[in-house]
Amino acid sequence: MLNKNGVPSLEEIKSRFPSEEFLNKPKAITECYENIPCNPCSTSCPFDAIYIGEDINTPPVVDFEKCTGCGVCVYNCPGLAIFTVQKKEDCLVFKIPYELVPYPEKGEIVNAINRNGDIIGECEIEKVSITNRQDRTALLQVKVAQELLYEFITVRRKL
Amino acid sequence: MRELDLVIIGGGPAGLSAAKIAAESGLNSLIIERDYKVGGQLVKQTHMFFGSEKQYAKTRGIDIAKILVNDVLAYPDKVEIMTETTVVGLYKDNVLTLLQKEKYIKIKAKAIIIATGASEKFLAFENNDLPGIYGAGAVQTLMNVHGVLPSEEVVMVGSGNIGLIVSYQLIQAGVKVKAVLEAAPTIGGYKVHASKLKRLGVDILTSTSVKRAEGKDTLEKIIIAKLDKNWDYIPGTEEEIIVDALCISVGLSPLTSLLSMVEADMKFVNYLGGLVPVINHQHETSIKNIFVAGDVCGVEEASSAIVEGYFSGLIVAERLGYKHPNHEELYQDFEAQLENLRSGPFGEKTRLGLKELRGENNAE
Ligand SMILES: Cc1cc2nc3c(=O)[nH]c(=O)nc-3n(C[C@H](O)[C@H](O)[C@H](O)COP(=O)(O)OP(=O)(O)OC[C@H]3O[C@@H](n4cnc5c(N)ncnc54)[C@H](O)[C@@H]3O)c2cc1C
Ligand code: SF4
Ligand code: SF4
Repeated sequence: MLNKNGVPSLEEIKSRFPSEEFLNKPKAITECYENIPCNPCSTSCPFDAIYIGEDINTPPVVDFEKCTGCGVCVYNCPGLAIFTVQKKEDCLVFKIPYELVPYPEKGEIVNAINRNGDIIGECEIEKVSITNRQDRTALLQVKVAQELLYEFITVRRKL
Repeated sequence: MRELDLVIIGGGPAGLSAAKIAAESGLNSLIIERDYKVGGQLVKQTHMFFGSEKQYAKTRGIDIAKILVNDVLAYPDKVEIMTETTVVGLYKDNVLTLLQKEKYIKIKAKAIIIATGASEKFLAFENNDLPGIYGAGAVQTLMNVHGVLPSEEVVMVGSGNIGLIVSYQLIQAGVKVKAVLEAAPTIGGYKVHASKLKRLGVDILTSTSVKRAEGKDTLEKIIIAKLDKNWDYIPGTEEEIIVDALCISVGLSPLTSLLSMVEADMKFVNYLGGLVPVINHQHETSIKNIFVAGDVCGVEEASSAIVEGYFSGLIVAERLGYKHPNHEELYQDFEAQLENLRSGPFGEKTRLGLKELRGENNAE
């Protein structure tokens, strides 16, 4: 339970996803369920695709028509609560925020991790980007198995 | 004795922001900071901040400190900064005693803004004085300011934002966080921070606290136990965790000792962190020309400390005859910003606390 151990329920998770046809293009998923005073996701989106409004305590709502999956909100969210995901023919491609050094490398096979912190499989790092604009939050582009759509959340390097 | 217009005690976000607006208004100020650099709590916050863009949300705390410091350095002839200097005495005629490298200095000010922040609360349990038991702030200072690891493993007590954030920073530094304990039945801080830890494999144990620490010379293990509704330990639920450091993050209490010296009216308001000065809407205490801003008048956030700093700087400038050219506009803007920051469920404590402080607690 979210307020007991920090793990959202499947319904909560799904409530943040668009219907599957949207996912042919990358879309931002905002896992931010609470009324907290925060709005950088909304103010940083170059496409005006995240709505919070005047009261910054309102949780974000993504307009999936407008969202291009550019990933800007991913590294601007102080809660590391946003990722993007796209459905490809044979896999999913996630862009996730990552702040642990050393970063994994392109091509590296890492463990796929769920919201409970458990290993749920393996996945491949397709790209690691860390530009100045990202202000020390790396973006990892990760290739993940289709069936992990609502499970995958981050990666853990193998020791 | 040197006589100044405005003396600001504490160079954290509140103090720096007050100096900035005072300088903008044309008023000279002196910031007195006991640490070797200004920035307050921000100098050890390596994470991106919450809030709205106006208070530098998504910028890392360490960088917000730089922005605020540069804002006052832009007025070299209006703002003077004295570091490694502690205000140790405050007297009713607005005389201050400063301690600077074993030297006592007396100064006098027309107005004073106290922005001393807050200090960490500690927790009572058996052997809580064993080496290896730290406050969360100390651990953060060790790691993020001095680059020293506190231990190999740690258990955090307290799941408020500070406990959650410091746990995350410990993991970033390579320390294994074995668990976060929370006495209340639910997590205290933002769930986004909790989720961030959980996915890294950290268990947050609610209705649980530390009962006893054990170790010969330093901490070797802790005994934890479940708590019932009344926060009493439930017999038979004890468990042992082998760990060489325990980090306590159970809240902050305002640093108000200087206000007691001038016998300012004080009130104990739990929602605000403990004993706080009674203030009017202009952040003035019961002693004329002594103002407060930031965590010292109620433990909140850097975002609100910054706005309170601006606000009090604006008020003091006007009081001393340096009315800011945009006084009315800014006054309204700062009030609106504070209200917005405090309007959600996480601002409820502050809202209730301020009501209680003003004696309006029966209004709702
Ligand atoms: C781990 C952690 C995470 C946080 N995360 C966030 C966040 O994400 N967003 C957010 O908005 N806020 C956050 N905060 C809160 C924020 O840091 C504080 O609310 C803010 O720093 C308060 O500002 P202040 O100026 O009132 O006090 P402080 O920052 O505490 O500054 C007070 C200054 O006064 C000095 N001082 C005290 N007594 C004296 C004296 N007698 N003489 C001279 N100098 C003195 C102190 O040395 C200090 O530099 C966090 C805090 C912590 C600990
Ligand atoms: S991914 Fe890009 S377009 Fe989509 S919400 Fe985030 S910032 Fe906006
Ligand atoms: S920036 Fe992140 S934490 Fe803040 S409101 Fe947006 S999604 Fe939530």
